[in-house]
Amino acid sequence: MTECIQLAGGKVHDPANGIDGDIRDLYLEQGRIVETPSSKPRKIDVSGMVVMPGGVDIHCHIAGPKVNLARKLQPEDHRRDPHPGTEHTRSGAGGTVPSTFATGYRYATLGYTTAMEAAVPPIGARHVIEEFHDTPVIDKGFYVLLGNNIFLQQLIKAGRKEEFRHAVAWWINATKAYTAKLVNPGGDEPWKGKKNSNVKNIDEKSDAIEVSPRQVIESFIETVNDLGLPHPPHIHCNNLGHSGNFETTLETMKTAGDKRVHLAHIQFHSYAGEPGKNPKSASRQIAEYVNEHPNITCDVGQVMFGKSTIMTADAPLAYMLRGFKKAKWVNADTECESGCGIVPFSYQEHVYVHALQWAIGLELFLLSKDPWRIVLSTDHPNGGSFMSYPKLIRLLMDREFRREEIKRVNQKAINGTILNELDREYTLNEIAIITRAGPARALNLKNKGHLGPGADADITIYDEMDDKEAMFNAPRYVVKSGEVIIEDHEFRQDYYGKFLHTEPGYDESIVSEVRPFFENYYSIEFANYAVNDSYLHDHEVIPTV
Amino acid sequence: MSENIKVVENATCTFCGCVCDDMILTVDLDEKRITKSKNACILGKAWFAEHYIEEDAPAAMIDNKPVSIEEAVEEAARTLVNARFPITYGLSDTTCEAQRQAVAITDSIKGNIDTTTSVCHGPSGIALQGVGESTMTLGEVKNRADLVIYWGGNPAESHPRHFGRYAVTAKGMFTPRGKKDRHVVVVDVRRTPSAPAANQFIQVKPGKDFEVLWALRALVKNRAIDPDIEAITGVSLETLQELVDRMKNCRYGVLFFGMGLTMTRGRHFNSGALLALATDLNEYTHFVAKPVRGHGNVTGADNVMSWQTGYPFGVNFSRGFPRFNPGEFTTVDLLAKQDVDAALIIATDPASNFPQAAIDHLAKIPVICLDTKTSHTSQLAHVAFRTSTYGINTEGTVYRMDDVPITLRKAFDSPFPTDEEILTAVKKRVRELVLAKGRARGATGESKAAAPVQAI
Repeated sequence: MTECIQLAGGKVHDPANGIDGDIRDLYLEQGRIVETPSSKPRKIDVSGMVVMPGGVDIHCHIAGPKVNLARKLQPEDHRRDPHPGTEHTRSGAGGTVPSTFATGYRYATLGYTTAMEAAVPPIGARHVIEEFHDTPVIDKGFYVLLGNNIFLQQLIKAGRKEEFRHAVAWWINATKAYTAKLVNPGGDEPWKGKKNSNVKNIDEKSDAIEVSPRQVIESFIETVNDLGLPHPPHIHCNNLGHSGNFETTLETMKTAGDKRVHLAHIQFHSYAGEPGKNPKSASRQIAEYVNEHPNITCDVGQVMFGKSTIMTADAPLAYMLRGFKKAKWVNADTECESGCGIVPFSYQEHVYVHALQWAIGLELFLLSKDPWRIVLSTDHPNGGSFMSYPKLIRLLMDREFRREEIKRVNQKAINGTILNELDREYTLNEIAIITRAGPARALNLKNKGHLGPGADADITIYDEMDDKEAMFNAPRYVVKSGEVIIEDHEFRQDYYGKFLHTEPGYDESIVSEVRPFFENYYSIEFANYAVNDSYLHDHEVIPTV
Repeated sequence: MSENIKVVENATCTFCGCVCDDMILTVDLDEKRITKSKNACILGKAWFAEHYIEEDAPAAMIDNKPVSIEEAVEEAARTLVNARFPITYGLSDTTCEAQRQAVAITDSIKGNIDTTTSVCHGPSGIALQGVGESTMTLGEVKNRADLVIYWGGNPAESHPRHFGRYAVTAKGMFTPRGKKDRHVVVVDVRRTPSAPAANQFIQVKPGKDFEVLWALRALVKNRAIDPDIEAITGVSLETLQELVDRMKNCRYGVLFFGMGLTMTRGRHFNSGALLALATDLNEYTHFVAKPVRGHGNVTGADNVMSWQTGYPFGVNFSRGFPRFNPGEFTTVDLLAKQDVDAALIIATDPASNFPQAAIDHLAKIPVICLDTKTSHTSQLAHVAFRTSTYGINTEGTVYRMDDVPITLRKAFDSPFPTDEEILTAVKKRVRELVLAKGRARGATGESKAAAPVQAI
């Protein structure tokens, strides 16, 4: 089994336990943090270094059908960024959509030890789990797309709340997911069935389904909270990217009342202005609402300049973005469940809209009053690669650096924001919250995001440097489940990483409701749909709350 | 027939890319045979009926002499590690679990890996990289499609259940009357047995698919085309215009295409033109396209290759990381150039179907072969493993032609190991040998034990 380790003399940032840069020793044994070791530990001197829990990415796209299609689509993305193997690690390809091995190792080299894939159609669940088997080091789970599921929408329309609740729980179990994901709820049917149209506001009902986005959102918020899934419904609001969409975002949040809800990549939903015209910043209105409502968590979806890949279950959005360059575009419809769009993209400093998106993301970070409820993300790879997190951290921690960067971008965009007036600098503890402790809490991962006894021994140790980008780019040590994976910046061993999922209870009789629909409208057999336990390997069931 | 009968429901037929998962197999466990395969098409029935176990056949052979599996694994690993330019090829008729091991082996030995995609829909993969694609799962076709076009393929003979299960007579949510709710078109260079299933057959002169597709793209955009189009392609302007009107005015249109497009002159230009046509049509309505893939898990091979290496086929690890270059790193090309000095062939028989120059070279080098039966390749192999058949004797995952993953059910046990078991054993031994070799080099100061890295 794993050896016993003492991490001696580091400056510990463990905000969940109220520890802010105190010099402390940590003891690791059997993959966990312990108060006192049972045998003489191997001592690793980390004095002068910063010790944090391993990073937790609450929203990224790293595995599954759309991710793999984006890999196939872009040899040019991989070619300039090879990922060589080592004695301990597999090789792979990098770019904005890295191969599975490169994804796991690269997260580890940033000190991240957990990541959640944010959008998987149920029929692709088996695929995402297969890819997770080849995504090393990190623990991982996924959110399953249920917001455009036709069967569930029919239950909502019929007002059959009880059956809806059991059906949602059945789907979570059948796919081995972590929570329900809603993407542009209600938008798939007009896209697929009505000549590529979309719903325009959250009270519009599509002809075929006759359920409004608001009804879908309400139903999921109520049900997922009732079921006690560890993470609330993870919502990608309607109207992503459109000017004036902040009102849709506010309406979505209001729909939640005081129930738990997570708003994904909220930057993309914080635009004022008139539809069809250039957007303006609505970060103040959004930040204010989030600040005042403790039931809401969000991740930012920061835009970072350079190459990105748009990949989303919001197919109409991808088609709109395709319109700018008319370059290669992927649309992929999934029967009864989901849509999908993929567009290679790049954010450029001189472009008004891109600079505004960048500025709005930073405004949201800087205007947020509770770091526990705003999570650092780039909606990888939509706003940029997760590899740009260190630079984003520097933008938040280093006011002078931020000012220099602001000067390099479209000034018309900046002038429409209050970014220049915001002097706030994030502290190391606040960074530890928005990259670790906060997302772990939002996910209800009680053993992650902190360094108290009993926590998973997922630990990152950085050299303390003034240049925070350099510091967060290359931790000196990364420990995963008590194993020293990276030591002196080099991989010392490979590690598998766990699969995280949840198993809410439900009434078995719901199967007799799902089955006839399935037999009529799906193209595979009902008996072959649910993912069986042979795919689980090393996994952990996170309990409902 | 014995009394010892078992029925396996919801079993999957892996014979073609349709991967129908509604088989009801009756298995005679004493005879080790499938006696009945309900729901299977004519090809599937033959696939199941002809499957039998040659109990007396050796599980492993070296130079056609029976050996233990352990000896064969050792010899296979040594052969691969000692080669300077080893290749891995095949993979489309085995499980994803086995495919993952095959890529791992090739990564360890810094070899070259390629799948049968390079000789079927490789050009469609290249076209995807050029223009993207608008696509769908097959259930969407069943539920929504009111216009279905087959181009350069003959599913009535190659994928017999494609019409009934997914695309022509299938009844779905918005197509409750099946074929009555659809217009079906077959486009091909000759009137195949698929043509009678369609409402309309359009005959294209051989080698003129690209011209017809490009003319359709022009007409979709209301541009003028060559008035001699009929003389060039064999299809009249009126026919083309009528088809364009249908395409623009349908509710949910689908273009299926086969190897008549990808393996004739023009190759990826043909596939690219078709994918671009489907994309163009999305300015008017919802339109999708899909290659009709052949082998049972060729789509899985594309997926495993893509997630492990970033590229779908034709991948070379010689520099310590994956590189992709079809035409250079594709198997026929490598063998014909005689660059290769060892080959790991999995679940395919290149010695029976490759060009002669490639077969000639294959016969000169040590070949390691995994197959469920004796084949041309297994007979010329240095090390030959006999493995169990996926979907009949082996569980695991396969991907249907539309990337939908399906878990296989086992009908009965085989005395032979699975591809995954053999490849996992070879991988383990290969890694030991590679590490030992690296350490030996490190000791003599030639290079460090860690993989040497060269920039591109």
